[in-house]
Amino acid sequence: MSAPTPVEVEKPEADEVTAAARPWVTIVWNDPVNLMSYVTYVFQTYFGYARKKAEKLMLEVHHEGKSVVSNGSREEMERDVQAMHEYGLWATMEKADA
Amino acid sequence: MSGFVPRGQGVMATFSGFEADLLRSLASQLVELLRNEAAAPRGSSDPLEAMLDFTGPTTEPEDPVLARLFPTAYPDDEEAAGEFRRFTEGSLRDGKARNAVLIIDQLEEAGLPPELDEDGLAIDVELDPEQAAAWMRSFTDIRLALATRLGVEEGDDDYWRRLPEEDPRSHVHDIYEWMGYLQETLVASLSRGR
Repeated sequence: MSAPTPVEVEKPEADEVTAAARPWVTIVWNDPVNLMSYVTYVFQTYFGYARKKAEKLMLEVHHEGKSVVSNGSREEMERDVQAMHEYGLWATMEKADA
Repeated sequence: MSGFVPRGQGVMATFSGFEADLLRSLASQLVELLRNEAAAPRGSSDPLEAMLDFTGPTTEPEDPVLARLFPTAYPDDEEAAGEFRRFTEGSLRDGKARNAVLIIDQLEEAGLPPELDEDGLAIDVELDPEQAAAWMRSFTDIRLALATRLGVEEGDDDYWRRLPEEDPRSHVHDIYEWMGYLQETLVASLSRGR
């Protein structure tokens, strides 16, 4: 293990970093079948979200028809979408700025 | 019928012979559907290319249940959607079939005979956490299949409640609701302390 060496770097704007590093999003869509408890369980178990955050996302799906549940590189989002399909959730992906 | 209850790190449930037989039949139908409509590449105009392409399908399945189980990942990009499907649908199908087969195997290991011909049978099923998670995912697939065939929509409870008993859909909807109840108790048992 090594200790970090202090280096002076110019900090880019926070928004730029987020947009460049996390250009894709996974979206889960509402469906009339999946139970609210199950959707919450999936968000907790797969993404490791705390119960509160998982419930908030679940309610967003339920009331607004969809919710952005994760963001990251294209490859990461393809993994997330595939996992959601394993769980039987209706998930798609798109560019974050789309 | 009390559904699933926590047991150790996992869950357990007791089914009547009739219930266990019904679950087995639903799981078998799902396996058959997943293996039936070939997950083969379609839409290639070059027959040689089509034959040499073993990777997977690129277009949405025709069966509405399969289309729901394997949704299009990129709604606005047909090419990317096809590529995603080619690399994921085969293994998704296998995984879903494996989960359903696990249900069948565990019911039979718990004492469900190949042909149900006796009354008063009670089938005790104990699942470790991993098995319980597999059952839970398969219950979701079965419920999605039933709901797609029935045409279930958001907030249509009244419609189903008013359906005359002799309508065959009424019976299927009862089974769908029962699966939902089982799923709810399974999720609750696994969500303890989370």
